[in-house]
Amino acid sequence: MNEIIESVKNLSIGFNSQKGKQISILRNVSTNIKKGETVGIVGESGSGKSTLALAMMGYIKQGLFPLKGQCLFKSEDLLKMSSRQLEKIRGRKIAMIPQNAGQALTPNLKIGYQIDEALKLHTDLNKTERDKKISELLNKVRLPSPETMAFRYPHELSGGQQQRVAVAMALAGKPDLLLLDEPTTGLDVTTQAHVLELLRFIAKDTGTSMIYVSHDLGAIAQVSDRIVVMYAGEIVLEGPARKILKEPIHPYTYGLLKSIPKLSLAGLPASMPGSQPQPGSINEGCSFYDRCNLATDNCKKNSPDLEHIKELDTNVRCFNYKELINQNNNLQTSITKKSNNSEANEVLKLKDVSISYAKQKFFDQLLNKISDQNPTVKDINIDIKKGETIALVGESGSGKSTILKSIAGLLKTKDGQIKFENDRILSSDLKMRNPNDLRAIQLIFQNPDESLNPNHTVEQILSQPLKLYFNLSGEELKKNIIDLLKKVRLGEFYMSRYPRQLSGGEKQRVAVARAFAAKPDIILCDEVTSALDVSVQAAVLNLLQQLKEDLGTTYVFVSHDLAVVRAISDRVAVLYQGRLCEIGPSQNVYKFPSHPYTEVLLGAVLEPDPDIKPKLVAEDIVEEKPPEKGCSFQGRCPRKIGDICNSEVPPWQIGENGNAIRCHINIEELASLQQ
Amino acid sequence: MESNLITEDKQKNKLEKAFEILKTMASKPSGLIGLTIVLFHVVLALISPYIAPYDYKAISPNTMLLAPSAEHWFGTDSLGRDVFTRTILGGRTALTVTFFGSLIALLWGGLLGIFCGLVGGKIDDVVMRVVDAFLSIPWILAMLLIVSLLGTSTEVLIPALGFFYGKGIVRVARAATHDVIAKDFIVSARARGHSNMSIIWNEIIPNVRDAILVEGAMRWSWMLLGFSSLSFLGFGVSPPTPDWGLMISNARGLMSFAYWSVIAPIVGLSSLIIGINLTADAFAKALGIDRSTKAPV
Repeated sequence: MNEIIESVKNLSIGFNSQKGKQISILRNVSTNIKKGETVGIVGESGSGKSTLALAMMGYIKQGLFPLKGQCLFKSEDLLKMSSRQLEKIRGRKIAMIPQNAGQALTPNLKIGYQIDEALKLHTDLNKTERDKKISELLNKVRLPSPETMAFRYPHELSGGQQQRVAVAMALAGKPDLLLLDEPTTGLDVTTQAHVLELLRFIAKDTGTSMIYVSHDLGAIAQVSDRIVVMYAGEIVLEGPARKILKEPIHPYTYGLLKSIPKLSLAGLPASMPGSQPQPGSINEGCSFYDRCNLATDNCKKNSPDLEHIKELDTNVRCFNYKELINQNNNLQTSITKKSNNSEANEVLKLKDVSISYAKQKFFDQLLNKISDQNPTVKDINIDIKKGETIALVGESGSGKSTILKSIAGLLKTKDGQIKFENDRILSSDLKMRNPNDLRAIQLIFQNPDESLNPNHTVEQILSQPLKLYFNLSGEELKKNIIDLLKKVRLGEFYMSRYPRQLSGGEKQRVAVARAFAAKPDIILCDEVTSALDVSVQAAVLNLLQQLKEDLGTTYVFVSHDLAVVRAISDRVAVLYQGRLCEIGPSQNVYKFPSHPYTEVLLGAVLEPDPDIKPKLVAEDIVEEKPPEKGCSFQGRCPRKIGDICNSEVPPWQIGENGNAIRCHINIEELASLQQ
Repeated sequence: MESNLITEDKQKNKLEKAFEILKTMASKPSGLIGLTIVLFHVVLALISPYIAPYDYKAISPNTMLLAPSAEHWFGTDSLGRDVFTRTILGGRTALTVTFFGSLIALLWGGLLGIFCGLVGGKIDDVVMRVVDAFLSIPWILAMLLIVSLLGTSTEVLIPALGFFYGKGIVRVARAATHDVIAKDFIVSARARGHSNMSIIWNEIIPNVRDAILVEGAMRWSWMLLGFSSLSFLGFGVSPPTPDWGLMISNARGLMSFAYWSVIAPIVGLSSLIIGINLTADAFAKALGIDRSTKAPV
């Protein structure tokens, strides 16, 4: 069991900058992968984790080259092999599962054919044996009805199923080592939990070693035996999974774990200051020096070596790790946030809102109406109080962003009303709204790379709402921009920068500043933290909370991440297929009894704790359209009671603790079922 | 005072940026060659009236079809005019007409394309079908019709060429706009309630400008070829104005024994077209648009 199958020795990989300087992306990395072991490589974007993983299969991205060191696979150096030699190893000995299986599968070939190709290449089986093997593999990755599955095209499968096919293809050559590059990142919460479950099973069943690369400590915690933490191209901490997650002795890992919002904790996670240094800008001393609260003068001058600590079986790159050894009970803390005044007035009301994406028929176009009987979003009733943070939660396709768009006036509603302040009806068409209403509702988007004009400086970006709504110019405009930057904790010198010169967190701060420039009453946040690194996410969440407490803004917060929602929201609305399932104060929604769908979602959340395993209670089927009759969750509900679920829309029931649930099962019965 | 400083600073930045782009273009051999050729032609066009050794329209029966010599570097043509003089002057009209023609093409094509891309819907449908209809007409026939109706003055040629070469730019600009308007910063501007004009000016143009400029540079070289073709057919510049297309046309019957009178204008024309093409490619690469791997957005 202790046989080492791949070992990386003093590996450095880098590139030549335009000015001819050599810049390293990986610096002096050494690690070993044992047979049958799953190693999680975790780090934020730009930490070099993918570069390391790819180098482990002898692949180096274009433009990069190895500076020194070796990648030994069974004592042969992969980096010195010719492509012919590598061909024999890739697929047969080392296989890879990509991040986005939808893009990795050839769209015009049936999946059976694609698996067959892999089998032809890597095994000596004949046609009948291969056919048998294909259904065996499809069975192994738990795809439904493997016989018919082989004759389907990739686009006929859901994201989770595509990922399973990719796993089957990787297993075709019976590899000794499986490389997984963020294999569950693009998947829904429940699907992700299922795929991880499968991977864990396969690792155990086949004895394959796995390298699991991810930014998500929750996913890593579920599969890994050992964890390698990367920071700025170096390994900063390496050891048994449990030790790393429960008692991290490197300040970066410690901070990272603290910055992850957890289901079990109400309140905001603590954030780490600063951001990861760019490759090439790393000077002497420890690369974590700027962000570390244990840093001493020694850390600034000398860079620590990876030190092996025998009693913990851990390697750590820190001079002061001893200070952390006894501190770890602090991990389970969070910043409590001020709760809002529940007596406040309602600022926005959604009344029976339905939204349809269906194309109007010619006749309907003439009459200017939409006659879709089964709209994407239906019967949404939410009253939003002034100063509260209400979260809309659900998987992809739940209609949460659609609702947000309608509130913003970007998407026409089919039925229902959006009422703003004192029951004034707000048109769902932007052009019909008056400038003051436009100012009052602002949006923050998911990806700041897309939401900031790349050709504008920060000054230009922020001046747009100020010019538009307040007609500011000259000195006054500049003063306001500086004030806004200060509000989001950015300095004045950011004014002349372009978005590409900023880090992800800084960009999102600019986007937040732009939304606040309008002095809005309501800010719609569309997955605002999901494109950010964990440590940055915590900082943005804290910033949003701080601004809200200072300015009394109302947030409508859309997210798929239940832990983030738990951290920031006062009230939660759970959506499935465009229908509300449950709504209530967040501390109650996260407690049982709850709607069966909420139960499924909560069960699938991955916590960065090896002791909390996800509870998989429902199949991860993907439904393309909401059911025409009955309960929206009927297709996947683990607690379905019978025909009534298919035929009648369930009534609202209000629990003792104040959250409303839409289910046919009596709420007290639900409580006893879920205990 | 302070705001003045800011604008000055910005202008300086823009100049610096342009200089930076030129530097990147010249850093590769193909770009350097292209730039040099174009610069050479532009300078030549500016100074040629002052350095031309002979009168371009001086007909002399004594010096008909002389081979290149120390007196007549490129020989003489069938009317005894100095080919060198006519060649260095021959690029002037072509360059001026096509330069302004390209500008017009860029302006109307780019703006219409951006507008269609942003507005979409029925307006877009109708406009694009009209553009398609024009694309299907062979431009040279249409040009012949226009020229025969309105004459061959530059006041006619420039807008006519600009119109016909702008159609393609409409498509490019529209496609580039489509790429941009899907981005959240446009959605954000819309949600804030900016007008279409403000969105075009502030959000779209800065992001599609590069793609359209590169396309315009490519169109310039095509237009040059088109303009010369018109002259060649006798519908461009009228004699005795020196023009490459016209010179090639006049000398082509004598090509078998007086090759010099046709080679010089051909070299002039093709070197300029190659130069513009190389420059446009280098320009595209310097702006990060790779024409070899990707259609111009």
